[in-house]
Amino acid sequence: MSDNRENNQGFWSRVFHLYYDGFRSMTVGKTLWLIIGIKLFIFFVIIKMIFFPNFLSSKCDTDQEKSEYVRHQLIDR
Amino acid sequence: MEELINVVDWSRAQFALTAIYHWLFVPLTLGLGIIVAVMETIYLKTKSEKWLATTKFWMTIFGVNFAIGVATGIILEFEFGTNWSNYSWFVGDIFGAPLAVEGILAFFMESTFIAVMFFGWKKVSPKFHLAATWLTAIGASLSALWILVANAWMQYPTGCEFNPATMRNEMTSFAAVALSPMAMSKFFHTVLSAWTLGGAFVCGVCGWMLLKKRNYDHCQRSLKIGAWVGVIGIVLTMITGDTSAITVAKYQPMKLAAMEGLYKGDHGQSIVAFGILNPGKQPFDDKDPYLFDISIPYGLSFLATHDYKAFVPGIEDIINGVSYDNEGNPVNTVSYAERMERGRQLQEMLSQYGSAMNNGSAVAQDSLKAAINADFKNFGYGYLDKPEEAVPNVALTFYTFHFMVTVGGYLLAFLLLALLFAYKPKIVDNAKWKKWWYILAIITVPLTYLCSASGWIVAEVGRQPWTIQDLMPNKVAISDLSAGYVQVTFWIFAVVFTALLIADIGIICKQISKKSQTDLDTVND
Repeated sequence: MSDNRENNQGFWSRVFHLYYDGFRSMTVGKTLWLIIGIKLFIFFVIIKMIFFPNFLSSKCDTDQEKSEYVRHQLIDR
Repeated sequence: MEELINVVDWSRAQFALTAIYHWLFVPLTLGLGIIVAVMETIYLKTKSEKWLATTKFWMTIFGVNFAIGVATGIILEFEFGTNWSNYSWFVGDIFGAPLAVEGILAFFMESTFIAVMFFGWKKVSPKFHLAATWLTAIGASLSALWILVANAWMQYPTGCEFNPATMRNEMTSFAAVALSPMAMSKFFHTVLSAWTLGGAFVCGVCGWMLLKKRNYDHCQRSLKIGAWVGVIGIVLTMITGDTSAITVAKYQPMKLAAMEGLYKGDHGQSIVAFGILNPGKQPFDDKDPYLFDISIPYGLSFLATHDYKAFVPGIEDIINGVSYDNEGNPVNTVSYAERMERGRQLQEMLSQYGSAMNNGSAVAQDSLKAAINADFKNFGYGYLDKPEEAVPNVALTFYTFHFMVTVGGYLLAFLLLALLFAYKPKIVDNAKWKKWWYILAIITVPLTYLCSASGWIVAEVGRQPWTIQDLMPNKVAISDLSAGYVQVTFWIFAVVFTALLIADIGIICKQISKKSQTDLDTVND
């Protein structure tokens, strides 16, 4: 019955249910998703935004300015 | 200057820390991915519920490691943009193109098929599920390919031209970058070593279960696949290691000299099988490089060129630009002193190019660009204060290389025995030493990880002081940051990655322990 129902669904609906049912029936996966969520938050929100800005973009606005900045760095060091 | 050295050291330490932590997760994903795919193939052929249960057990371990390790590599890209901004700009689209391909592959291929692999058992046909499992394993290896292509370009920059107007290297041939000998040998050596690690991991986990007298049949099934993949992995790793040695001898002779602690080369050069370096040895002093060594005659010449009579240059030969052909005639190479002089001339030309741009002199720009590119392979030497600065840390390169080779030899013996015992289990079952064999299998797991990390240390420390071989030393690649700033982020990463590693090991051990107490001959979900 369930198989018939799934066969009648469209492709995107089946893809949705693959993920939806998969996440719902996870056991150890729930702990893993919690770790992944915390990890991505630390990486992209705390570490990237606070500690790892793009150094050149913080010094220069355009690509030409970046080229000139790096030229000076490479000639003056 | 002292501040600059501090920034370089802390940035290198930070990159090494994050890269090594990242590499703890990656090889198990690559190796276990193949093992799980083979197990599921057997299940589909035999329709045996036992093989399905075994496949699902290892798939869970694969999933935990994949989930905890995912995105740990992105940190390295953060570091490029912040700590290594001169390098990031200078490298241009050459580094970006392979990483973009990797991102697309990793995102679309792995994330799509891994979902089918874990959620699709009852949603898709068995054949489609098997295809998804194989595509997840292949996708992970293809991701590794593009990362290794990018790394190989830093070791052997090719397929590019420097544009002094933009101060970037521009790709002239994608094929030359993607299929360079360095990239190919690096890819196969690295990925196949991950198969070895996956095989050793399966043997180690089974060793623990058998020590606890749990799930004997499941362990025998797992051991057959683990040992086979491990044996194939280690044999091919050794073969590709031979190819890597030839590539390194050709493109990074200083690294090869450091790997062997070789200061003065010779025809028919011997290789050190076991040795203790003289810690006081410096280039051009009269001290013996080794306190003790056991060497194999002609070994290094054969390893480096497949010709046992060939000349292999040592550190002092390379600095002096001395090499010989097989007839003993000097080969015209360039000394480091001369390369430093040429590098300084190139920097001067780069400065003149800037003036020509400001003056709008197109003719001068064209001629300077041609002159810079004609001798660009010496560009980085202009930043060295003395030739000895281009010598890597010999002790670290030497010991990690010899550790890697020794453990590699041990792994071949161990995995061959594991394969024998997998098909003739009674040899172990009836032996008094079976407990020690299981303990050895468990100890082999961390040993294989150390071996794998040692390979990376040889590859990266051995090419110092270059961020890009011959073109850009670390002290130029680094951003104009304070050392204190980098120290703070170093310790943040140390804490975050240690926590992730503890979580990874903790959850994997908990899953193994929990599942091993159930009947792994039947499917429980």
